[in-house]
Amino acid sequence: MHDLPPHGAADNGSPLDDDFIQLLSESGERMPNAEFDPWVRDIGAAGLAALYDDLVVVRRLDTEATALQRQGELGLWPPMLGQEAAQIGSARALHPDDFVFTSYRENAVAYCRGVGLTDLVKVWRGNAQSGWDPASVGMAVPAIIIGAQTLHATGWALGAQFDGADSVAVTYFGDGATSEGDVNEAMVFAASFQVPVVFFCQNNQWAISEPVGLQARVHIAERAPGFGIPSLRVDGNDVLAVMAATRVALDRARSGGGPTFIEAVTYRMGPHTTADDPTRYRDPADLARWAERDPILRLRRLLDAEGLFTPEFEAATAAHADAAAAELRAGCIGLADPEPLSVFDNVYTTPQATLDRQRAGYAAYLASFESSDTRSSNEGASV
Amino acid sequence: MIRVFSLPDLGEGLTESEIVAWHVAPGDTVTLNQHIADVETAKAVVELPSPFSGVVSELHRPEGVLVHVGDPIVSFEVVGADAVDDSGDSSDSGAPAAPVPTKREANLVGYGPDAEREGRPKRRARPGSAACATPVPLATVTSPGLPVAVTSSVANPVAAAPGATTMERPRSTPPVRMLARDLGVDLTRITGTGAHGVITRDDVRAVGVTPETVPVADAPSVFGAPSGTRESRTPIKSLRKLTAAAMVQSAFTAPHVTEFLTIDVTPTIDLLETINTAGAREGAGRVGLLAVVAQALCLAVARTPSVNTRWDEAAGEIVQFHYVNLGIAAATPRGLMVPVIADADRLGLAGLADSLARLTAAARSGTTTPAALAGGTITITNIGVFGIDAGTPILNPGEAAILAMGAIRRTPWEFRGDIALRQVMTLSLSFDHRLVDGEQGSRFLADVGRILANPGLALTMLGATPGAA
Repeated sequence: MHDLPPHGAADNGSPLDDDFIQLLSESGERMPNAEFDPWVRDIGAAGLAALYDDLVVVRRLDTEATALQRQGELGLWPPMLGQEAAQIGSARALHPDDFVFTSYRENAVAYCRGVGLTDLVKVWRGNAQSGWDPASVGMAVPAIIIGAQTLHATGWALGAQFDGADSVAVTYFGDGATSEGDVNEAMVFAASFQVPVVFFCQNNQWAISEPVGLQARVHIAERAPGFGIPSLRVDGNDVLAVMAATRVALDRARSGGGPTFIEAVTYRMGPHTTADDPTRYRDPADLARWAERDPILRLRRLLDAEGLFTPEFEAATAAHADAAAAELRAGCIGLADPEPLSVFDNVYTTPQATLDRQRAGYAAYLASFESSDTRSSNEGASV
Repeated sequence: MIRVFSLPDLGEGLTESEIVAWHVAPGDTVTLNQHIADVETAKAVVELPSPFSGVVSELHRPEGVLVHVGDPIVSFEVVGADAVDDSGDSSDSGAPAAPVPTKREANLVGYGPDAEREGRPKRRARPGSAACATPVPLATVTSPGLPVAVTSSVANPVAAAPGATTMERPRSTPPVRMLARDLGVDLTRITGTGAHGVITRDDVRAVGVTPETVPVADAPSVFGAPSGTRESRTPIKSLRKLTAAAMVQSAFTAPHVTEFLTIDVTPTIDLLETINTAGAREGAGRVGLLAVVAQALCLAVARTPSVNTRWDEAAGEIVQFHYVNLGIAAATPRGLMVPVIADADRLGLAGLADSLARLTAAARSGTTTPAALAGGTITITNIGVFGIDAGTPILNPGEAAILAMGAIRRTPWEFRGDIALRQVMTLSLSFDHRLVDGEQGSRFLADVGRILANPGLALTMLGATPGAA
């Protein structure tokens, strides 16, 4: 049995709490680990450079989207600042035929899956009900309801099991979601049927404004064994450790070993969304401590130590990031407003009399406006 | 080409924000996403990134004013890719094309219609000002002096028009309201001829005015409410909600007793004069009365420790603090906060004065950290700064006592057998009667009063051990 740590004290994922898998220290040194090193042995100079490029690009995209919200081009945006390694390290471990079910903050995962940059922001701009075709990229559109996607993933994995496929469902959620009924139900079913699903929890320390210590008196990873699911606790700001842990879990799932739970210990360095003010509940000293553990900084230090961080590489990465940001901005601002009646599209695959009546009624209502400008429009903002 | 940037909805469903600071001035060259302003919404203070690369041509709103979402706040002279697709009527003068009738609002994430401004002209002109009047700075509107904007609405032809007697929104349909808005017609001026008095399209056209005469500038009323609104509703949330919960919890769990003591504090005022003018605090800030009261409280706590305790209902125990973490109730831009001076009993008068200065600066600038608000054991509230004499303060939850300082008044008072004009103030002490008996509370209040009435007595209390009196 465990000795329970004092409430909210020892187990709030503080920087000193390093009871997790780490392959890359804060200062950028490789930490030898006989168990997990083999899983990232293939990541050489080119692999490290590619991961660094990913991290820089997704942070730049995230910053640009935040700016677009401040400029009135997006209604809302959930920044992921600080969580890049947890998302990139895990998403880059996936196969194309795996399927991802995420919450709303996993925009770096979406980037890795090949979601178009403009598609990332469509919903946040209010231009579409969903941003992309899930089947074409192997990733469902984000679940806004906390934890609901874990059930979707478990169901999908059950289907893969029936099909005899060796694809794996991976579901991303946060520390707060682990207290939701949906997540617990998903874990019960995943364990019962030993389905190929990976529960990937980004413990970013905050359920909006509630610190994780309020809801978890043991490490979140320690909950999973109670369901009969093995778990790994990994430094979520260490892109290599995250990749190794995810590969272990994926391999177990593909070989019939059933579900795995991964707790990636990271930190949300920005607000919950652009409508949140973290300075009201977060100690600035806490933020400063986590800034030292920045996921990009430590990989840069490793590259530097190995002589890979050349001025040319730095410039090329920055140029890639800027180009991606410019593409995101141009695509976002260039999105055409949807036709009001398009809200009725894609509700049913076959004609429905009730829906047709509603469509006709709404069309008549729109026609009752005398002006020809009956569309909700963003153009008013540039008057 | 001039491009105008209008205030976006920076949170979810916000209607207005305050410009806290501009970081650029007309003529400055800015790059895309450069931090140009700090804007405070009901939810957060956020940094505004520039939407264009170019040169700032005009700031339409000064710092410190409340701006509606959709109002122009800054214009840029831009060249290249950004210089496309803007309305021509703003490029000739560089001024925002404010008089254009409002179009339907952009409707992003289910914000719904802008009901409050439905069918009303956007802004009314202040008397004697140009069409695009500068709104009254918030500080002026909310200052405790006489209201300054009171007369502006009277001069307004729309508000004063006959027929504007009812404050209920006139009955009409959305297309008619849109027509009225496009024509600049105020629906409150119209008597509907449709069924049940509903205003029809023809009613609106009959009154229709040309866009040139549409009043566009509207000075905020004293209460900052749109014209015609007699009451408004604000969701109970954030700090207001927390404050309310704390007050209710305290008021209905701790049985409060409040005692008053009126004293002649002239000797303390004289002492402060000496300290602050005689160079006794070389290079340091002034020592204020609050610091002396804090020092007096710490000395008095040592003689009556029961006022510095906590009732731990769950544990069935009384917690006696052997230190004083002194809370100072502060009215901040965000509302009531009680930042704490840790170990106030060890600081001495100079240390208390320095701590108070830091704490006040942080509270005013909104940089008080959550840690600075935690762990108080007893509180002072200075209601005297509002010109108030006495009150019955509610305990900060979990504390046993709270001391309120009243205003100091020149008052005829008995002095050495005669009547003299003296500096007199009233202290109000509320205490938790579960923890503090009347004898103890009275002794504590009398001790504070004795020190303030004769600060030299503090010498006799130094080193006093609890209960020694």
